[in-house]
Amino acid sequence: MHLSPLKPLILAIGLLSVLPALWAQPDTVSIMREVDIEEVQVARSRIQKEVIPVQLLEGQQLKRLSVHSVADAVRYFSGVQIKDYGGIGGLKTVNVRSLGSHHVGVFYDGIELGNAQNGVVDLGRFSLDNMEAVAMYNGQKSAIFQPAKDYASASALYLQTRMPRLAEGQRHRLSVGMSVGSFDTYNPSLLWEQRIGQRVSSSVSTELMRTSGRYKFTYAKKDGYDTTAVRQNGDVLSMRAEAGLFGQMQRGEWRAKLYMYRSERGYPGASVREEPGKFKHQDRQWDNNVFAQASVRQQLGQAFSLLLNGKYAYDYLHYVSDPRLDVTTMYVDNTYRQQEVYLSAVSLYAPVDWWSASVACDYQHNRLDSDMANFVYPLRHSALTVAATSVDLFRFKLQASLLHTYTHDITRRQGSEAADDKSRFTPALVASWRPFWSTDLNLRAFYKRVFRLPTFNDLYYTFIGNIRLKPEYTTQYNIGVTYANAWKRQALRRIELQVDAYYNQVEDKIIAMPTSNQFRWTMLNLGYVEIRGIDAGVQSGWALGPVDMDLRLSYTYQRAQDYTTPSSEWYGGLIPYIPWHSGSVIAALNWGRWALNYSFIYTGERYEAVANIPENYSLPWYTHDLSLSYSQLRLAGVEWRVTAEVNNLLNQQYEVVQCYPMPGINFKLKLNATI
Amino acid sequence: MKYSHLSFALLALLLLGCRKAEIIVPEQVIPVAPPVDSATSAESDYLGFYLLNEGNMGSNKSTLDYMDLTTGKYHRNIFAERNPHVARELGDVGNDIGIYGSKLYAVINCSHFVEVMDAQTATHIGVVSIPNCRYLCFHGGYAYVTSYAGPVKIDPNARPGYVAKVDTATLQVVDTCVVGYQPDEIVRVGSKLYVANSGGYRGATMENESSEQASQRYDRTVSVIDIGTFKEIKRIDVAINLHRLEVDADSAFIYVSSRGDYYDIPSRTLIIDPHIDECVGEVLAPNGGPLACTNITRHGDSLYLYSVEWSWYEERNTITYAIINTQTQRVVSRMFITDGSHSGIEIPYGLAVHPENGNIYVTDAKNYVTPGKLHCYSPDGKHLWEVTTGDIPAHFVWLKKKNH
Repeated sequence: MHLSPLKPLILAIGLLSVLPALWAQPDTVSIMREVDIEEVQVARSRIQKEVIPVQLLEGQQLKRLSVHSVADAVRYFSGVQIKDYGGIGGLKTVNVRSLGSHHVGVFYDGIELGNAQNGVVDLGRFSLDNMEAVAMYNGQKSAIFQPAKDYASASALYLQTRMPRLAEGQRHRLSVGMSVGSFDTYNPSLLWEQRIGQRVSSSVSTELMRTSGRYKFTYAKKDGYDTTAVRQNGDVLSMRAEAGLFGQMQRGEWRAKLYMYRSERGYPGASVREEPGKFKHQDRQWDNNVFAQASVRQQLGQAFSLLLNGKYAYDYLHYVSDPRLDVTTMYVDNTYRQQEVYLSAVSLYAPVDWWSASVACDYQHNRLDSDMANFVYPLRHSALTVAATSVDLFRFKLQASLLHTYTHDITRRQGSEAADDKSRFTPALVASWRPFWSTDLNLRAFYKRVFRLPTFNDLYYTFIGNIRLKPEYTTQYNIGVTYANAWKRQALRRIELQVDAYYNQVEDKIIAMPTSNQFRWTMLNLGYVEIRGIDAGVQSGWALGPVDMDLRLSYTYQRAQDYTTPSSEWYGGLIPYIPWHSGSVIAALNWGRWALNYSFIYTGERYEAVANIPENYSLPWYTHDLSLSYSQLRLAGVEWRVTAEVNNLLNQQYEVVQCYPMPGINFKLKLNATI
Repeated sequence: MKYSHLSFALLALLLLGCRKAEIIVPEQVIPVAPPVDSATSAESDYLGFYLLNEGNMGSNKSTLDYMDLTTGKYHRNIFAERNPHVARELGDVGNDIGIYGSKLYAVINCSHFVEVMDAQTATHIGVVSIPNCRYLCFHGGYAYVTSYAGPVKIDPNARPGYVAKVDTATLQVVDTCVVGYQPDEIVRVGSKLYVANSGGYRGATMENESSEQASQRYDRTVSVIDIGTFKEIKRIDVAINLHRLEVDADSAFIYVSSRGDYYDIPSRTLIIDPHIDECVGEVLAPNGGPLACTNITRHGDSLYLYSVEWSWYEERNTITYAIINTQTQRVVSRMFITDGSHSGIEIPYGLAVHPENGNIYVTDAKNYVTPGKLHCYSPDGKHLWEVTTGDIPAHFVWLKKKNH
């Protein structure tokens, strides 16, 4: 009866996030900056400044954080929890304001990374090697010149890769890096930027990453056991390669990108009581992800602008669990192949400075094939249409949008049923007001209601899926204040501050429920969650004699409660992994060519299950990371940069997800050469 | 000025690194029933029972509770505090529990061992390593433990299970006997062991076939093992996807539960005659249809059972209860909870009847990821008390007084 469908599901597909035992885990900060990270060059003059809470890490700030992946960087944002299964290879997903990781849209160079199969993106796979900026918006990016997809999730994370930056007259630029670190980690990388013509440039970025994933971890109890073991089967070998073309046109621009990622990894599994060294997990997974995307922006006449986007993606996943290698396991050997086609057209009409309107139409096609038993081979057509408008008058800004989503599912297995068509309208309203011309103080508010569709796994996963599922709705109410100021002749040079308070609801939450025994589950629209929270962030710049310092602080207070079953003893309990308090500090000091970066993350006490009892209580954890770098060293016509990092300085033993221990103290040395 | 502020702040943060230690969660004692008077207590052979909570797979949350019937107090989560030096507590998915001699045995499925404790104190004695172990029974100084993890032949999809023979004095596996696919419960009748083979791993592993075809790959046999030679002597063809085994008071018949395939083939309750080792019939529901069975326990000539039957067509569970009279082999009652309080049970999961006074115990696993409930009913089915347990309360064992 047992284990059969669920095990590969949990391990391979990362559907963990839907199992109620495992929500997500909290962390920390960065800050707002009222900047649109996608440089909107064409319609820039017409685009509003951000009026929605946004947090951004970019450029040097990002580079100096001693982190490997996007997930590690996002931990510094307030209101965000990263669910991290530990190690470089462990699944890492982001949950914003406790709405659940399915409600976060992740955009790569402006186009959403899709995953129709399980609806979440593993941020651990996106390295920061070629990343220029990471920005997170609550609600949606408050620009109206964007595709319908950008309105279609409760929060949005934008990953912006580096654009070629060639000095006047420079034909090309080559940058080679090598990093070596704990857990036998080797990570060479290469970036080649080339000017092709007056208005066209190209970029090729590639990296290889190998790690054994072996790290020591300790579980200990006061006046009790103290046991240390080494994480096994957490090795990863991955390769990323991407090539981009970037072009300028008369009053417009275009870009095209090809992205490839391949990896092989082991699954170390949950760390539970076992006889030490007796059995070894040997589960393995192979991934192959390819996408090609292109984008064109053009201003037409005085008032019109047009944006076209297109994408094709192919994702292949192969999972093997073999009892010939690990006697404890059940045999699983499955492949999953996903394809996505995405087309989008956006037009913006901005006849005057203070008013603009836009219409966007997106079409998306997804299909999933697998060699699983009883597989129904689902495919989905989605059409998203949005009408949006923006007003900027008398220090008052208002944006309103209405999104329509239509989906049509087809299952290609004979005799199988597909989910009903869905057709829904969802609104968003964003407003801000600057009370005084003289002071950069803004009051802001937003309301947004949007849903996420059940994923292919939710609907069609053999033995688990349920085609009767309804969409899972989120409603967000937010009010906040921002303040910014700058000074010339004192130690504190600039300060930016933002505080937001919010109330969110998640209705018809799709959760996994057991059937007749605990090894067989199904998906149901059962959950109802209310979230109350405060996100606060301060970013400041200091001039301390010869030393410049950037200091960022973030703090999050949250109370995310489960109100699913009134008769339950645990009604109103805090949902798993959401702490009351969390926060972070980043202090970056620059002294000539030296840069010292200190970062701290704090996640407060929380519960690992909705039953808020001592058995499920989890202690706070906090890590200190340090990095020191020396740059602009010129030797033999090459510019060098050296960075040394120490992470988890105090070797704290902690878990983000129950039974998935995190690494203790670890080190990294990076060398970078640019010609 | 500013520098000192800054370094002070950083120093303070560094000092925060001294995190307080994790503590062992202490057992909780909850009075649930009035203490038994000393006369009744002296008459009874039983002190109480242990209840093993499975805990959700992959969460290392199996826990052990103890109901002290003499004091009327429920002791929740006793293993951790009584065994502070056993690393990682009880383990992952407690699947069966038994007492033999002075020892208490808990089969910890996903930790791949049998935890052996002192029966009176639940203190750790040792472990017996058996990968993917499921259920156990005892006889003649040995424990017999079923396991899914038999030898892998050419086809990794066709991996049989086995029964491990464990010497209860040395806690060593002394012999193994290969049986059918994914064997679950095991019982002894006379000099033979009977093992219910499920084939549960095999219902869902192939491409391009119908649910009917997949269902045919479930095992449908009970393995019969001769205890003397410890060899499998027969496979009795019964029905697909077998799970429970219960022997009647005279050892005249063995009742076997079949889970069905959750599509068209329903759950059933079948009967084996151990004298001829054949399936000789089936217990039918009062409506003449099959009697669905998820869990079954015997008290005198009565078999108490419930069923939580999942249907992939209806996407829901159907919960039923029944009492079978083993003399007539007929259902005599469709309900043993008579005061209507069964409607408060979301997922019945564990079942036991007091061997002497006939009180009925039913656990509720609820949504499997929060603590469950233990309900106690009088022999005539009236609700007496309830208490919150660990996650997925499931398996009972009665603790007798010493020297009995």
